[in-house]
Amino acid sequence: MTLLEHTKNAPQAWSGNLPVTSRYTYGLAGERFFRAMKDEGKIMGSYCPKCDHTYVPATVFCERCLGELSEWVDVGLVGELHTFTVLFVDCDGNPLEEPELVGLITFGDGGIIHRLEADPDELEIGMPMEAVLKPKAKRKGSILDIEGFRAVSK
Amino acid sequence: MTARIKNFPGVSLSEKDFEEGKILFVHDELKADYAWDTGIGIGAYLAGLKRGVILGVRCGHCRKIVVPPRTVCEWCFHPMDEYVPVKDTGMVNTFSLCYVTWDVKRITEPEIPAVIALDGASALSETSVIMGGIMHKLGEVEPKQVKIGTRVQAVWKPESEREGAITDILYFKPI
Amino acid sequence: MGMRKVAVIGAGMTKFVRRAQETPKELSWEAARMALESCELTMDDIQAVCMGTAPDAFDGVHMKGEYLSDGAGAWRKPYLRAFVGGGTGVFTPIQGWYHVASGLFDVVLLVCEEKMSSFYPHAQAAFVTIFDHTTERPLKPNLLWIFAIEMNRYMTAYGINKKDIARVAVQHKQNAANHPCAMLGEADITVDDVLNSEVLAWPVQRLDVSPVSDGAVAIILAAEHVARRLTSKPVWIEGVGWNLDTAYWTNRDLAYPRYVEYAARQAYEMAGIQEPRKEIHIAEPYDPFDYKVLHHLEGLGLAERGKAVDLYLNGTAAPDGDMPVCPSGGLLGVGNPIAAAGLMKIAELFWQLRGEAGARQVPGSPKKGIAQAWGDLMQVGTVVIMGR
Repeated sequence: MTLLEHTKNAPQAWSGNLPVTSRYTYGLAGERFFRAMKDEGKIMGSYCPKCDHTYVPATVFCERCLGELSEWVDVGLVGELHTFTVLFVDCDGNPLEEPELVGLITFGDGGIIHRLEADPDELEIGMPMEAVLKPKAKRKGSILDIEGFRAVSK
Repeated sequence: MTARIKNFPGVSLSEKDFEEGKILFVHDELKADYAWDTGIGIGAYLAGLKRGVILGVRCGHCRKIVVPPRTVCEWCFHPMDEYVPVKDTGMVNTFSLCYVTWDVKRITEPEIPAVIALDGASALSETSVIMGGIMHKLGEVEPKQVKIGTRVQAVWKPESEREGAITDILYFKPI
Repeated sequence: MGMRKVAVIGAGMTKFVRRAQETPKELSWEAARMALESCELTMDDIQAVCMGTAPDAFDGVHMKGEYLSDGAGAWRKPYLRAFVGGGTGVFTPIQGWYHVASGLFDVVLLVCEEKMSSFYPHAQAAFVTIFDHTTERPLKPNLLWIFAIEMNRYMTAYGINKKDIARVAVQHKQNAANHPCAMLGEADITVDDVLNSEVLAWPVQRLDVSPVSDGAVAIILAAEHVARRLTSKPVWIEGVGWNLDTAYWTNRDLAYPRYVEYAARQAYEMAGIQEPRKEIHIAEPYDPFDYKVLHHLEGLGLAERGKAVDLYLNGTAAPDGDMPVCPSGGLLGVGNPIAAAGLMKIAELFWQLRGEAGARQVPGSPKKGIAQAWGDLMQVGTVVIMGR
């Protein structure tokens, strides 16, 4: 005999969770990147002269050669819309009242994923998009210091 | 090499650096809720606990009886043969007096987690390194009186309150 | 066996600290870069990368292997994360070893990282997730339970007292006073300090336990023909072994780590070691708790069952003894960023066998060392034997 059958009246499932609570430091690069965003309203990248590669957001090392990156550059607030999507459901799969736009805006050889403040019909891949920053007093040093990206006004 | 290196990397922070906002940081938590299927063996185990019975499982091939039940014998890799009710008495195989909760809060009355080798299951011997033991807590005992080898018996919740859970046994107490 | 000889040729490590500012990626990078510099290689020379890191819950990053890949130098290279819980730090060099021994790669970078401080408020709470969700977690267990009850079983089975076991913590923390990366090096610590420290889960007290730590370690492995070109002092990986026992940890006797014995036997056989107690000059057994060292020394066959504590009482385990144990200071002294702590033991053997361990250098030009780690739910043993 082998045990192949579920026992009658056995509980089907046991419910629980994984209670993982975290406090993340921003790290060496994050500290500098988000201070620049908070205090100066800048998006910073870091440049590797050996690999001719500009990381955005800035990092302290080049992932290609593992060299230390000391050349930090202000890449401005205007990047290029690399791709985007229109979201109709939230992360649990529930329908959203208003569809949300999320896009990848490239700067240097990197980029930032963020919300787009735009009419989807007016978006074109390759168009310039500008970061809309919160007023300085409300910035905390967070990716949410950028409210979103919008088309550069002509 | 270590002898030659003067400066090792690594920036050490104190709790004060966080409190005083000297560095940037963010709190977050994992959102991970589950309904784990009990499966065949543990389903039977929980159903047994609800009835006030501790179920083990017997391998007819290598003749072990272990708790909790499972469908395969990992020692000889044969399918397990049958459920076997073991006794709700046993012996303290080992224990601790724990003054810290799972989330690191200090407590003054210690919890007494123990491994209990259950009667009726395989026992450690000269020829067996496998035993039918489970982890549970001890109660109704002066912490300092607990010894390895103490005989204990399960204290069950009243039948009407049992739900098919390991906590249907409140704790084990000395006989 | 038709396998190639594999050498350790470089090593690097960060300080082990309670709270690092660096992200886990940055810690990995700091160690990896240092390992490259130590043997004057660049990422162009590295053909594959092995990452070792313990449960995702500590760093608080799901799929940590992928997250850490840039800091570990994995960009456009074969890359794999190894994971056997606490045993990971000594398993990663085994993984790296078969990458090279097999002939697949000539030069491999290994990085092990852990940032336990990310778990907040206390990393200990992460361990609740390692217990069985249905049959154990409802009892609200913590990790100390499992260590404390194993320690009690070990002490009772062999009649060993806490005062003698405390000698382990004292020795390792004293050794760590000479390690530039150590968190808890204390030259003046005494047995009474250990015995008077807070009782967490009797018989475990505060100073019986290694600390929650952040850190990273990296080493570089090379095939023989490359190693001989790059260094005059290669340190060979002569034997490896790994093994696991049942994960139903209450179904076995906790007094003796059989899985360590099996892992050690595999490694000794490969290394051609017949009398470990004579042939091993330095041991770096896994020491997250002081009694674990004794447990592991017995599993490694370096002491009779129940007699490992004698090595501490009679001075054999001291840095100037016949078989120094954890001259690095171990997890108890240097710190315990889990996977990184295991690889730190490999780095220590590398430095010791080359005679480059500075103030920690053990006398007598040691030729062979053994490192071991232990993990998962107390049932995995990983062993590496190194020699020159």
